[in-house]
Amino acid sequence: MNIPNYAPALIVAVPLLGAFLTPLIGRINDKLRNIFVILILGINSIIVGLLAYNIFTKSTTGSPKIWTYVFGGKQEVTSPVVRIMFEVDAMSIFMAIIASILLFVVVIYSWAFMKENTGLDKYYTLILLLASGMLGMMLTGDMFNFFVFLEITSISSAALVAFWTHKGESVEAGFKYILVSTIGALFVLFAIAILYGQYDALNIAVLSNAIQYTFLDKVALILLIAALAMKAGLVPLHMWLPDSYSRAPATVTVALVGATLASLYGVLRIVFTLYGNTLEVITKQIEFLNADILVSNMIGWFVIVLAICSIIVGVMMALRQTDFKRLIAFAAVAEIGYMFLGIGTKLASVGFDTTNSIIHAEYGITALEGGIFHIINDALDVGLLFLVAGAIYYTTKNWSLNEMGGLARNMKYTTIFFAIGLLAVAGMPPFNGFASKLMIYESTFQLNPILAIVAILCSILILATFVKVFHSAFMGPALPKFKDVKEVPKSMLFAMGIIACIIIFIGLFPNIMLENIVRPAAEALTNNAQYLKMVIGVI
Amino acid sequence: MIYNIPYIAVVCLILVGLYALIFKRNLIKMIIGVTLIESGVNLFLITLGYRKGSIAPIYTNSPGGIMALPVPQALTLTSIVIGVAVLALMLSLVIHIYRHYGTLDVKKVGRLKE
Repeated sequence: MNIPNYAPALIVAVPLLGAFLTPLIGRINDKLRNIFVILILGINSIIVGLLAYNIFTKSTTGSPKIWTYVFGGKQEVTSPVVRIMFEVDAMSIFMAIIASILLFVVVIYSWAFMKENTGLDKYYTLILLLASGMLGMMLTGDMFNFFVFLEITSISSAALVAFWTHKGESVEAGFKYILVSTIGALFVLFAIAILYGQYDALNIAVLSNAIQYTFLDKVALILLIAALAMKAGLVPLHMWLPDSYSRAPATVTVALVGATLASLYGVLRIVFTLYGNTLEVITKQIEFLNADILVSNMIGWFVIVLAICSIIVGVMMALRQTDFKRLIAFAAVAEIGYMFLGIGTKLASVGFDTTNSIIHAEYGITALEGGIFHIINDALDVGLLFLVAGAIYYTTKNWSLNEMGGLARNMKYTTIFFAIGLLAVAGMPPFNGFASKLMIYESTFQLNPILAIVAILCSILILATFVKVFHSAFMGPALPKFKDVKEVPKSMLFAMGIIACIIIFIGLFPNIMLENIVRPAAEALTNNAQYLKMVIGVI
Repeated sequence: MIYNIPYIAVVCLILVGLYALIFKRNLIKMIIGVTLIESGVNLFLITLGYRKGSIAPIYTNSPGGIMALPVPQALTLTSIVIGVAVLALMLSLVIHIYRHYGTLDVKKVGRLKE
C-alpha cells in the first residue's frame, strides 16, 4: 500500500498533538478521554504497521529499504546535510513496533487499573508524551534530535514514576530516575558536542561517513555508551531500575520497559551505525600490545563481561526478593543482560584468517539476530509479568509475596497469564523466549562455552524464582482475607490477553518473525555501507 | 592559551557538578550539581561555535567579517529550555520528598524508606 512520505513524522506528531488535546477532552468526559487516547495510539499503531509493511516487503526483495524524511524542505538530501532527518530502516521500525504494542496495551489496561486515581488527564498526557518521545528516539537520524527525544522520554517517564505522589517511595524513585537520566542525557549532549566540533555535522549517516576514530571520538564513544547503557539498566549502572520499576504503577512500568529498550536501541545505533565503519577497521593504536587487535573485539568482550554481570546480578537479586514487582524488575535486569550478550558476541566474533584480513564468524550474525529477537520477546514477557503483578495489586492492594496465597482459586485467568509469562521469560519451549534464548546460547557457545553455560544456568534460576512466586502467590490454601477477591475487570484481562496471544504466536512460529522481521533488522544494522548509500548517497 | 580558558572552565564546571552529585547529601545541593554540569555542557557548545572577533550571525544586517556559527547557539537554547523543565520537575519532586520524610538528607530518606 502506498503511504505518504511524511509517515515517520506523523508517528511522532500524532501522539504529541494528542497529548495536548487530552486535557481539553478530559474536561468534557472521562470516558471520552479514554476512548480518545486509545484511538490516538490505535491510529499511531496503524501508521507504524503500514510503514513496517512497506519497509519489510521491499527489503526482502533486493536491497534493504530505508525510509528518509527531511523536515521542512525538499526531500532531496543535499550536501552539507543541515536539516533534521528521520531515517527509518528495518531496525528502527522493529523497535517502533515493540513500542506501539506496549503503549497500546498500556492504555487499554489503564482504563480499569487507574480508574480510582485522580489527575488522570495528566496521566494520559504524560503517557502520550512518552509515546512520542520513545518513537522519536527510534526513528530519528539526527544526533541532537535524539538527545531532545531522550529528554522528552526521561521527563515524562520520571513524572509518571512519581505519579502516586501520596507514596514517599514512588516520589523518591521518580527523583532517582530523573537524576540518573538527566546526567546520562547531559553526557550524551557533551559527546554530541565533541562530535559536532570535529566533523561539523549532526546527522548520523554523515557522521558515520566522516568519523576518524581519533582520541576525542573514543571519548565520545565511551560517554555515549556509558550514558545509554545506564538508561538501559546494564549492571553496574542498574541501581535506579528496580526502584523505578517497582514503585511506579504497573501500567507505567510497562511503558518504562519500552523507554529502556529505546535506550538500548540508541546503543545499537551508535555501536553499529555511527561507529560501524571504524570498529571494523584494524587499529594498531594500542601500541603496548603491538598486535593485531580489533577494536570491535575489545568492545565486544567488554560488553560481554557487563552482560554476564547483569545476568548474574539480576538473577541473584531476584532470588531473594519478597516484593513482587521488585522481583520482576531484577529479572528484567537479567533479560537486558541476555540482549547485550548477543550484541557483545556479534562484536567479539570478528577475527583474522591466515592472510591477516578480517573475517566475520558465522555465529556472530546468529548472536545479533538472537539479541534483537530477544528485545521483542523480553518486552512482551516482562510486560506481561508486570501487568499480572498490577492485576494482583489491583485486587489485593499488596506487593508482598509473604502475604499472598491461594489466589488461583479466585483469579483463574490471571493465573493462566502469569503461567504463560513465567514460562516465556524463563525460555521454556512452547513460548517465545525459547527461540531467542536458544539462538543466544548456540552462538555464545561457539565463542566461549562458559558464557553459554552461565547463561543457561541463570535462565534455569529465573525459572526457579518464578516458580517460587507462582507457588506463593497463586497456590496454597485459600486465605480468609482474600475470600472476596474477584477476577480483575475485562479491560485488564483483554490487555493481558493481547500480549499472551502474541507471545504464543511468536513461540509457535518463531520462523515467521525471524525471517520477515528480525533478519532484515539485523541486516539493516550490520550493513552500514548500504545505510550510508541510501541516506546520503555515499558509496 | 587564552583561548583555552573557556574549555578549562567547562571541565571545572563539570567536575564541580560531579563532586556535588557524589559527595553532597542534601538533595538541593545535588540539583545544583546537575545544573552546574548542564552549564558546563552549554558553555562547551557555545564555545565551539565562537571564533575570535566574530559577530552575531544576523545575515541580513551584517557589516561584514566573520560571524559566529549559529547552530551551536540554537542547540544551546534548546538545551537550556529542556534544562528548565528538568529543574522544575526535580524541585517539585524534592518538595514532595520533604513533605513525606521531613528531611532532605539522602541517607535519612533512604533509611526511612525501609
